[in-house]
Order: sequence, then C-alpha cells, then structure tokens
Amino acid sequence: MTTAAPQEHHKPFVGELLGRSDYAIIGEIVEPGAKVLDLGCGEGELLQWLAENKGVDARGVELSGAKVQRAIGRGVSVYQGDIDHGLADYPDQAFDYIILSQTLQETRRPLQVLREMLRVGRRAIVAFPNFGHWSVRLAMLMRGRAPKTRLFPHDWYDSPNIHFLTVDDFEQLARQESLAVERRYFLAGHKRVGALPNLRAEVAVFLVKKSLT
Amino acid sequence: MLVEAHVVRFDSISLDGGATLEPVDVAYETYGTLNPQKSNAILVLHAFSGDAHAAGISPESGKPGWWDNMIGPGKAFDTNKYFVICSNVLGGCRGTTGPASIDPATGCPYAMSFPVITIRDMVRLQKMLIDHLGIERLLSVTGGSMGGMQALEWAVYYPQSVVSAIPIAATARHSAQQIAFNEVGRQAIIADPDWREGNYYGGKPPARGLAIARMVGHITYMSDDSMREKFGRRLRGKNSFGYDFDVDFEVESYLRYRGSEFVNRFDANSYLYITKAMDYFDLTNGAGSLASAFEQARARFLAISFSSDWLYPSYQSQEIVRALRSRNVDVAYCELPSNYGHDAFLVDVGEQTELVRGFLSSTYERAAAA
Repeated sequence: MTTAAPQEHHKPFVGELLGRSDYAIIGEIVEPGAKVLDLGCGEGELLQWLAENKGVDARGVELSGAKVQRAIGRGVSVYQGDIDHGLADYPDQAFDYIILSQTLQETRRPLQVLREMLRVGRRAIVAFPNFGHWSVRLAMLMRGRAPKTRLFPHDWYDSPNIHFLTVDDFEQLARQESLAVERRYFLAGHKRVGALPNLRAEVAVFLVKKSLT
Repeated sequence: MLVEAHVVRFDSISLDGGATLEPVDVAYETYGTLNPQKSNAILVLHAFSGDAHAAGISPESGKPGWWDNMIGPGKAFDTNKYFVICSNVLGGCRGTTGPASIDPATGCPYAMSFPVITIRDMVRLQKMLIDHLGIERLLSVTGGSMGGMQALEWAVYYPQSVVSAIPIAATARHSAQQIAFNEVGRQAIIADPDWREGNYYGGKPPARGLAIARMVGHITYMSDDSMREKFGRRLRGKNSFGYDFDVDFEVESYLRYRGSEFVNRFDANSYLYITKAMDYFDLTNGAGSLASAFEQARARFLAISFSSDWLYPSYQSQEIVRALRSRNVDVAYCELPSNYGHDAFLVDVGEQTELVRGFLSSTYERAAAA
C-alpha cells in the first residue's frame, strides 16, 4: 500500500456536504449512539461531528495517508485502506450505517461496493454528485467535450470520477438490487430541490436498505 | 527532568516454560502523576535492547530516555496529563531479573540455567508491577517492535486491564526472516570462545560475538535509503582505499562503533534469552486464526507502521488490523511515510506524535464519560 493518494483534488461539494444543511441531513438520519462507518472519510470531520453531537461510535476508511493521520489526530478511528477492498474484513451487519459521501463514482466497482455496504451495515447513506444536472448536460451539449463544471471541475484525464451516475441511474439500480429507498434528499448548493431532481439536483443523498423480499 | 529508578521485588513468578523464578526483581521508572481515580496510567513497553529509562535524564548516566522525544510535558505521552510507567523486561540486564542475576540457590549468576522466557512471561511480570502500583486499568499499553508485541499480549491476556493498545512497528508473530536475523545474532555470540557456554561472568564477556550480533541488528533497523543518506560510500578519515581490512567506509566505522558501544551496556546471555522470547512470540499460539486470538480483546487499538520498515513490514501491522476488524474491534491504523526503516518509531516521531496524542486524548475522554 502506498501512502500517497492517487489524487488530492479539492472536492468542491465536500464543503457543502459538511456544511450545516448536510450535517443536518446526516444528523437527522443517524440516531444517537449508532455505529457508523464512513467510507472515504477524508480527515474525519463528519465522523468527529457525529461523535461529538450524536454520540455515535464513529469509524472510517480512507486511502490518503496524510488524511488518515489528521483523522486519527482528531481522535477518530480511521483505517488506511481503499474502499473497493476495505469492507471485506468486517463481519455481517457490524454497523448501523455505512456512509459513502460522494465517493461512489470514484470506486472501481461501485455495485460491489454498494452490496458490501449493505452486507456490513444495516443501512447505507449514499451521497453522490448528480451527473444528470442541467449544467452538466448543457456543458456536454454546447461544448461537445467531457463536462467541466462547478460540480465536476476536473479535466477528463485528471478526474477521480470514473463511474458517472445520475439520480435516475441510482433509483434504477436500487430497483434492480431490490433496495428499499427509505429517504432521499436532493440539494442544489445548500437548498433542497423539490421537483425534477434528476435535472436540478447537484447532490443526491439516499438512505437505502435491503428490502425484505 | 531528572528521573528516579525503582526496583520492586516479588516472591516468585511462574513461567510459560513451567519453571518458577524466586524471587524476581523489576526495575521501573515513572513520569507524571497518577490521578486520584487512577485512570491516567500508561504502560510503555521497551523494544529488544531498551530498558526502564524511557524518558527524562537519568542521574547515573546523565542520558535521556530512549523515548524522551515521545514522553514528557506537552509531548505525545503528555506527562502533564498522564502517568507513564516503563519497566525493564524479564530476562533483561538493566535491573530486572535476567541471566546475569544471582541465583539464590547457588549464589552464582544464573547464566544458562536461567529459564527460557516468553513475551507473555514479560507481560505477566508487568501485570504484577501494575497491581503493586494499585492500578486496576491502564489507559494504554504501548511500545514499538518487541514493545508492540507486549502491548498486543496485554490486550489479549489481560483484556479487562487495558482501555487501549498502541502497537507500533510490531507483529502478531515473528516471521521466518525475523527469526533468521535473531539466529545470526545468537550464533555470533555462541561462536565467540569467550562465551564459554554462558559462564563468562566475572571474566571476559563475549564482546566480539555480541558486537557482531549488534552490527547485524543495526543493519536491520535502518533502510537502504537511510544508509545511503547517512553514509553513502564515504570513506572514514582517508581519501583513498587502504587496501587492507581496517575500516575504509563510514558505514563500517559506524557499525563497529555501535557494536562495541553495545557491549558496555548489554549482557550477551540476555541477548540470547530475549531474542528467543521474540521468536517464540505468536499471538495465535500456533493454533487457530489471529481473529480468534483477539476474541477476548476489548481495548481500542491504534496500529502504526512505517513505509521503509523491512524488518517489521506494514503487512504485519495490517494483518493485526484486519483480524481486529473481523471482530469489529475499534481500531485505527496508519502507515507513516519515513525513510528511517524500523528505527523510525524511535527517531521519526513528528507524525507519530500527532496520531498518538489524538488517539490518547479521545480514548481518555471516552473512558471518563463511560
């Protein structure tokens, strides 16, 4: 394992997801005292917030050694490793919630990651940038090049995002995998989006579990 | 900070190998103050050639402790906050009973009649010391290398007595490579005619054998990078080769110096006994999986390894962490980037300090809240 992260890009919506409205969303979902595992937890800001404000048993996985150092320095139990393999060691249903905050599109095998999340956790909270947002569609249509927007600021050759998906893609996958979507939140900036989320949401947050069929 | 060395004597200790030592002494030092609830005690466990003098300045030698950069006011193990204890291991030669100690049955040094000991025996004696100090639960047990092995043994053998464990550059079992280097060291000592089946006390110690053993050890503690950086191919006090077998290179001079210096502070028989204990160490006890070895473990863990450590490579720490995760034990892990090889836990402590400080302080707060 190398300690250098493959990329250290600034993730523009980390700030928003970790801003007040998104703390509120995840705080609203996660009940006090729950066991939570955050995949790709960065420097552990969210976990620290959940530990301090919700009394959760907070753990994390992060690839970047420098970020792991800072997370552990904050007192959060973080393991240095990658998400694609990082869940295999855990026993079934070890956590109440597995959080995957805008990292699904960076994993090599997102479907396997999602399945593993719901093996290890009772519920999964998946937040991802919506590739169906109108600005992405417009950029593609007008410029005819890989979209480079506020949401997706990277050049195609430099992007950590390798599996793009939209709100509707995720809904379809949930049906295909027989997942029950318990809650869904759509955000543009700090504002909640009502109608036409596939077109208007910049970030989607889904709370899913395996449906009892 | 001048520190005082203490020795406590216990009537006896029973060992894994079946023998009993009567009596047994433990040399230890403490730093900081035990709080009234006795909830701030940290046991620091030394590596192979370490001793109880972990921090501060020894009044006898005038030297700082082996982890003085980690233990003290405001440091990773902050003695303004925590009470830190360090003792010399069983089998050692720095105040705790070992092969150089006098066997009361004969009035002579034990030498090779000293029983073979294990890492668990070392930990058993440390537990007696902690009981003697009136401490029920340690906030943390920690150490690098062999110290990390003891920390793991504590967490498995005395799960009720440790809140957290910080094994650094450690392993759950000695590998063939680790055993191999230890065996070279032992054979160097045994091959020295001055060793005399271990009965050299009062005479000439097997200085050449012990020095060679230490030279090999030092090579394994460094990395190719750190040796290149520190010595390169520089010559020692000359501009051209001597075309003889005196010292040519800086690295030769360094190893010779380290070897001869070691002879003055370490007993060759202790070298044999302690390396044997390390080689026997296997947390699984040879049966079952590492995960089942951790079945009773209740501690929170922080494992640290170093990128250039080839003696205790990161995969060994990762093996520990994966086993703990499979039991859903609270564990944090980081591989720190360093060029210093295995020595990194002693010398490259900047990032290690950040990890330990954050981990300890959150563990301390949680323990207080529970």
